[in-house]
Parts: sequence; structure tokens; C-alpha cells
Amino acid sequence: MKRESNRSKLLSRRAMLLAGGKIGLLAALAGRLYYLQVVRGGRFAMLADENRINIRLLAPPRGHIVDRFGVPLAVNRPTYRAVLVAEQAGDIPSTLDAVATLVPLTEADRRRVARDLRNKHSFVPIAIREDMTWDEMTRVEVNTLDLPGVSIEQGLIRHYPFGEETSHVVGYVAPVSEKELDSDDPLVELPDFRIGKSGVEKQYDLELRGTGGTSEVEVNAFGRIVRELAHEDGLAGQEIVLTIDMALQDFATKRCAAEGSASAVVLDSWTGEVLALASSPGYDPDAFASGLTPAQWKDLVENPYNPLTNKAIAGTYAPGSTFKPMMAMAGLEAGVLTPETEFFCPGYFQLGNSIFHCWKKEGHGTLAVRRAIKESCDVFFYHTADLLGIDRMAQMANRFGLGVKLGIDMPGEKTGLIPTRAWKLATTGVSWQRGETISCGIGQSFVSVTPLQLATYAARLATARAVLPQIARSQGVMVPASTVATAVRSEFEALGVQQKHLDLVRDGMYGVVNEPHGTAYGARITDAAMTMGGKTGTAQVHHISEAEREHGHLTGTRVPWQQRDHALFIAFAPVSAPRYVCAVVVEHGGTIGGEGGAVAAPIARDLLIEAQKRDPARRVPPVPFGGTTLAKG
Amino acid sequence: MRWLFENARQPTLAVKLLNVNWMLVLLLATIAGIGFAMLYSAANGNWQPWAARQVLRFAVAVVVMLAVALVDIRFWLRSAYVFYAVTMVLLIAVEVRGAIGMGAQRWIDLGLIQLQPSEFMKIALILVLARYFNALPPEDIRRPVKLLVPALFVFVPAILVLKQPDLGTALMLVIGGAAMFFLAGVRLWKFALIIAAAGAVIPFAWTHLRDYQRNRIYTFLDPESDPLGAGYHSLQSKIAVGSGGIFGKGFLSGTQSHLSFLPERQTDFIFTILAEEFGLIGGLVLLALYGLVFIYGYAIAFRSRSHFGRLLAFGITTNMFLYVFINMAMVIGLIPVVGVPLPLISYGGTAMLTVMFGFGLLMSVYVHRDIRIGRHGDTEQ
Repeated sequence: MKRESNRSKLLSRRAMLLAGGKIGLLAALAGRLYYLQVVRGGRFAMLADENRINIRLLAPPRGHIVDRFGVPLAVNRPTYRAVLVAEQAGDIPSTLDAVATLVPLTEADRRRVARDLRNKHSFVPIAIREDMTWDEMTRVEVNTLDLPGVSIEQGLIRHYPFGEETSHVVGYVAPVSEKELDSDDPLVELPDFRIGKSGVEKQYDLELRGTGGTSEVEVNAFGRIVRELAHEDGLAGQEIVLTIDMALQDFATKRCAAEGSASAVVLDSWTGEVLALASSPGYDPDAFASGLTPAQWKDLVENPYNPLTNKAIAGTYAPGSTFKPMMAMAGLEAGVLTPETEFFCPGYFQLGNSIFHCWKKEGHGTLAVRRAIKESCDVFFYHTADLLGIDRMAQMANRFGLGVKLGIDMPGEKTGLIPTRAWKLATTGVSWQRGETISCGIGQSFVSVTPLQLATYAARLATARAVLPQIARSQGVMVPASTVATAVRSEFEALGVQQKHLDLVRDGMYGVVNEPHGTAYGARITDAAMTMGGKTGTAQVHHISEAEREHGHLTGTRVPWQQRDHALFIAFAPVSAPRYVCAVVVEHGGTIGGEGGAVAAPIARDLLIEAQKRDPARRVPPVPFGGTTLAKG
Repeated sequence: MRWLFENARQPTLAVKLLNVNWMLVLLLATIAGIGFAMLYSAANGNWQPWAARQVLRFAVAVVVMLAVALVDIRFWLRSAYVFYAVTMVLLIAVEVRGAIGMGAQRWIDLGLIQLQPSEFMKIALILVLARYFNALPPEDIRRPVKLLVPALFVFVPAILVLKQPDLGTALMLVIGGAAMFFLAGVRLWKFALIIAAAGAVIPFAWTHLRDYQRNRIYTFLDPESDPLGAGYHSLQSKIAVGSGGIFGKGFLSGTQSHLSFLPERQTDFIFTILAEEFGLIGGLVLLALYGLVFIYGYAIAFRSRSHFGRLLAFGITTNMFLYVFINMAMVIGLIPVVGVPLPLISYGGTAMLTVMFGFGLLMSVYVHRDIRIGRHGDTEQ
């Protein structure tokens, strides 16, 4: 029995030892629970919320872009797509077949659906067909009872009611590119988000974009939304009101398009507001919003007329004879010319061994500055340039807005070039040559300017102030009637030139258009109240060699298009109190060696007649367009 | 049934039923009730698909437990080898069937439950070791040769189970078996020797572990290194437990479990739901309830007058403790994830039946606490 009792004691002892171990382990469990739930509880609670709460960004509707009278130029069009939720659909192939009887489904659509079905959770809506018409949408919508799992989703897509006509002004939107993704705005990461890529859409992208709303949703481990916890609406993008008058823009675009590759700018010289800015050809901005096909893109890029370039602000051209009014101002202001100073034009100008020709072979005879402008005598301005020197010319050109950035609120503005001695030495290492001054005197050689600069130059000639162009009138609200300008905007600095010199030059420009022998006499406005003054110009593209000059060069339509001169024209109207100014450049619109008023001047005439008839600068928006209540397209 | 009438002093069934430790039954029912609530919550507040079946199983298991409790303790002693042998045959049967191409299937389908022999082996092993050590004369316990047979009792099923592969069950068999050796009085240095030998074998065994088993150990060591892969279980269950805080998120309000961030939430990881919804308080209450069960087990063991009864009671209690500890420790990230259910709470038929069978044996020890049993199951006067 003692043996048994010993065995029993041993068992009890061992059992108690074991119990001690168990108590220790249970204490470890309790301690661990305390550590996880109390010591680190906060962190784990946060992780649990991160697990379950998903913040979804809601894209705000993009702000509209309207013209000065509220005509919509860029709006948001509803777009419909049919989506399929796999887990709600029964037999998917037969459902797709049923959809195909209502709206056409391509093989590619079906392949995409099949791929999405494999890759996505069965509760994620899969797009069957994007961008359906209203008709297609309603056909699917009324049949949804017979199409399990199929529904219609509505989205917004950017639409440009005037398409090509406003493409260079308004620009376009397109999906966000890789390098734009690191912007601070989380909106850009939304898969359907569009961003302004050119024109006003790009310039005012942030204002148009608005602020994203958020929807806080609870999701399960598979990402399925269980319920919405909180919802915050975003802020719709601001409306941008442009200075453009769409009717005038329409007119200008059509006139330019008729010439192939051309551009035109019409300004209100008192305010610098751009009333029309045309560059042809344009492109279809809607195509960008929905995504270009590679073929469409190739066509745009390879088109010799460069439809993607806004030539009005990014095309640079030798100003040719349109430079001469500025040259006259520079000469008069510097005192190298007086209104009576005369030079003799034999048809050429000799400097050492070099001969510089006048466009008029037989010469203009003896003439002073007014007739030199009117008849566009090259020799007169060769003399003037030689007397002035390049740096004084450049100074005056810059004062008139040529060869400087004007800071218009549009992306892609080019500076052009007005050469100086310092510029040439710095860029070529060779010092300035006297002969180069002579060529520059008639706006050739290194000189290049943009059509916008030419229009601004015309506005400064018309007002004697440093007018600056702008394209957006306001953000958010229509401009009230009281803001119609009654005088030149006082923020524009005075140019600091003598009024009598300016009057003389403007008088010369009156002669160009309105007097016989003026280079644009054929383009005069006969209505006395609308008379315009202007100046023709020809930018040589092809250098005429001495041999060609000797043997007679090609003329007219026999010249290859690429070699033809650019035709330019600047103008202001009405002559009595100039308000509207314009610049027109028709690429390769001249022949060779002629005086290019023939093509550009009639366009300018028509634009100024139209501008004065409509008189957008003095009109206020009609009532329905007032304020922010502008109808949303 | 001859033995039933062998003893004239054998009490009637009614008397025996009165002798059952009803407080323990109540305690077990309380824990099972918590389990039903958790399964109800795991199904987002539905009796289907788990809670209702679990209630049914518990009801059946209670009957089984009482039946086991009422059967004379000496019957269990005598039938220990048979019981062990039958379980062993079943274990080998599923193993063979698995080997000939049914994959890692570890159960035999019986309709209401899918029988897992490895689960029953946990009880059969305790029973057979209690019988063996009861029969072993105290002086023989010092002879290593005498320990060879019980060592085989432990390692043969453990290796079979490990091959399935079921690390959790193998672990429980080995540790549960070792506890029985310890209780029987085997010298401590012998354990040290075995542990040392095992330590020497580990590098070899490591190369024989399946990839997923190794991954589990790796991710246990650093779960956040692979939060979406193998560490997902471990990390998400820690998040669930930790986010419960002191008072929990409230019944049916656990986000981790209801939003499916926790896989296997109705079986091995069910404790996370409790810890998430009832917090530290809930976890400690459950621990305390289990603690009470263990105390009952010890009390029953101490009150038993037979060595077999005590060995069996301590063994069963230790086995229950291992279930609880291994399950909770893995859920809260103290040990790697191994498949061990939480007794009475995890959804599963075999585990419920096994656990309740074990408690039935424990109660049988209590009901028959005054019967003295000889080395070979004979009654000592």
C-alpha cells in the first residue's frame, strides 16, 4: 500500500507542477490580449478602419467655357454606357446576344467583355458598350427587364459645339498622361478624368476643374461596397467667359479656312480683348476627349498645314512691309526723318557692292514718308534703316509689341525675334553687318513676329498705348453691362511717342487702303463710317537669286505652294476713332516678289466690316445669358 | 455486459445521473452558448449556416457525454486498447485513401459530421496511456524499456498525422502524450534527453517540412513581411483582436469579421470575433470560464480514489488546456498558425464530439470516483 501511496503522491506533485505551468501560460494569453487590445489597440483600430473604409473621389463637373455673350463653346455632354454585373447576369453569352440585337456589338467589344469577366470580381460593373447615343441608350433601358445584370451608367464627356472653329482658342481635354500624374490633385488619378491639354482648357485647367467630392464607403475584403458612410459633394469647376465673339470667330474661321493655311486675329484695341482668333486648319477637339485613334493622330501630325499649331500665337513670320509703319515711327521719333524728308527711289539701293531691290523695279521716284508708307517703297525704308541702325529699330519694334512675349492667357505663345547687335554676337559670334540692317528695315532677314503681335502692334498704332491682349474676360460670372469700355483702358501705359508722328503714320496707312496707288486700294471699305487704314506685307519664303531676277522668276500659280510668299495685312477701323484692329497672315498666299495685299487685305476688310457691324465691344450680353444662370449644355 | 452485474454495490442509473457534476455541465453549456453567439455573429446575424447546426451538434454531444459519464470507468479502462486500435485503423485508413489520390482529405463522411480520426486519437491516446501507466508497477517507471511501448503509442499516430499534414494535431498528440509521461512520474532528465534528441533532429526535419509549413513559421516570425500572402491570416486576426480594445465593438458590430477580412472565421479563428466584438473583457471572461473548467478537471482528478481515474482526469484536462492554449496563442500571434480548434466554440462536428467525449470520460471519473481500481481493471476491496 505504501508503494501505491507514493505513486499517488508523485502524481499529485507532478499534477500541481503541470498546473503551475498552465497558469503561467494562461497568464501569457491574458498578457498578450492586454498588449494587443490595450497597449496597441489604437493602432490596430486604425488598421481595421483602413481595411474597411475606402475613400472614393467624385469628379466634379468641369466648368463651361462660353463666349462674351454666353454662347457655350465647351460643355459637358451626358454619355451613356451599358454595363454588365456578372453576378447578377444569368447566362452571360446569351445576355450579350440579347444586347447585340438592340445595339451593335463588335467582336472587339465582346473580347474586351470576356477579358474583364476573367480579371474582375463578379460584382464589378463591366462596360459592354461606351458612348451610346440617346436612341441606343433608350433601347437598352426599356429592355433591362429582359437583360439581367445589364444597366445604364451615365457619365459626362467634354463637348465642343463649334468643333474645329474654336479648336485653337478653347483647346481640348484628353486623358491624363503619365507625367501629369504626379500633380498634387488626387482627381487626376481617376480613370475617366480629363485634363486640359491646350488653349483655354489648359490655361484655366485648375479653375475649370473644380474640387473633387468624396464618398466614404465601407468595403469588405473583396472590395465590394457594403454601404456609404459619408458623402461630400465636390465643387463644380468655374465657368470661364471668353472675350471671343463667337459670331465673329465663326466668320474669321471660315474666311481663313478658305485660304488653306491662314490665321487672323481681331482685337478690341481699347481693352486688348481678343474678339476672334482664327487659325486654319483646325481639328476636331471632341475626338481628343473620347480618345483619338492612331490613324486620326497620324493624319493630324503629318498634315502639311499643321492643324495642331495655333498659328495666330505660335506661328512666326517675317513681317515684311507691315514693319514699315513702325520703321516710320522709329525714324520720326529718332529725328532721322521729318515728315518732309525725301529720298529718291530708282528701284534699288546700293550699299558697297550689294544691291537691295525695291519691289517696284522701275522705282518710286522722289518721295517722303507718307507716300513711302502708302506705296510701300522699300528704298525709302532702306535709307531710314541705314540712318537708324538696328538697335534703335529694335527698341521701337519692341515698344509696339513686336518680338516680345505679350503674356496672353493662352499656352504656347511664341516670342518671335527682333534682332539686335548684342543678340547676333551672342548667338552667332559674328558682329552685326550694316547690310543686315537694310534687310531688317523692310521686315525681312532675321525679323519674325506672330500674328498676335501684329494685331497688338496695330492696336498700339491705333491707341498710342501699350495694349496687351487677353482671351478670358472673367471667371465665374458674365461681365455686367457697366464694364463696356468707353475709352482706352487706363492700365495700358502710354507708348511715349509724339501724337503728330502717329497721326502722320496712320494717315499714310489710310492712304494704303483708300487712295489710288495705295497697295491695298482694292480692299477699301466704301462705307464712310467704317473706313479702315492698314498696311500690306509680304514675307519672302524663297530667296530670289540674282539669276532668277535676271531671267524672270515664276509668277502666280506656277510657283510651287511651299515657295510662295506669305501674305500679311494689319488694319484698324474706323479711321476717325480706331477701335477694332486686325492682323491677317495667309501662308504662301502671295506669289514671289510681289506686294502681298491681294490675298490678306480683303480678309482683313471683311473682318473689320463684320466687327463694326456687330460691334461686340459695345454690346452687352442679352438677358438670358446674364449671371451664372447660363444654361448648361 | 457481465461486469455491470459483477458488483452488488453498483448504483442504479438514476443515482449515477444525480452524481453527474451538473455544475460542470452548466459551465460547458455556457461556453458552448458563447460559441453559438459567435457563430451567429460570424454569419452576420444569421442562424444559418453555422449556429443552428452547432446547437444541434451540441445537443447530440451532450447526450453522448452523459452516456459516456454513466458508463462504468472500468469499462473505459478495459476497452482502452480496443478504442486506441480502432482509432488507429481509421487513421491509417484515411491515410491510405489520401495516398491513393483523394488529396489531403482527413475525414470519413458520416452525414451529420465528417469524422476525423486524428481528432479522436487525442482522446484515445490519453486513455491508452492512462491504462498503461496504471498497470505499470511504480518501480518499472524507471526502466526505459518499459517506456518504449507508450512512446510508440504517442509517436506512431503523431507521425501519421504529421504526414497528412496536420501540424496542430501532431503537436497536441506529442505534448499531450508527454504530459502523461510526466504525470506518470517519468524522470525529468529523460524528457531533457528526448528534447535534446529532438533538437538534433530539427534541422533534418526542417528539410522535410512542406513549403507551406515552413512559410507559416517564417511569417510567424515576421507576419508583416507578406501582408497579402501567407501572413494575411496572422495579421488580419491580430488587427481584429487589437481593434476590439477594452470593451469591444459590440455584438454583431465587428468589422474585420463581418467584412470577410478574416478567413476561416467560423472555425479556428472564431476567437477573433469574440475579441473584436467584446474586447479584452470578453476575452478574459472566456479565459476565466475555461480556467474554471480546468479547475473542475483538477478537482475531479484529486477526488478520484483510483490512479487510473486521476491519470485520465489530469490527462483530459491537460488535453483541453492544450486545445485552448494552442488555439488562442495562434490567433493572437504568440505561436505560428496551426490548425487547432477552440473547444466548444469552433464550428466543427468531430471536434465537438471529441471534446464532449473527453468531458464524458472526466465525468465518468467523477461519477465513479470512489471505485478503487487495480492494475488490471479489477476492483480492489
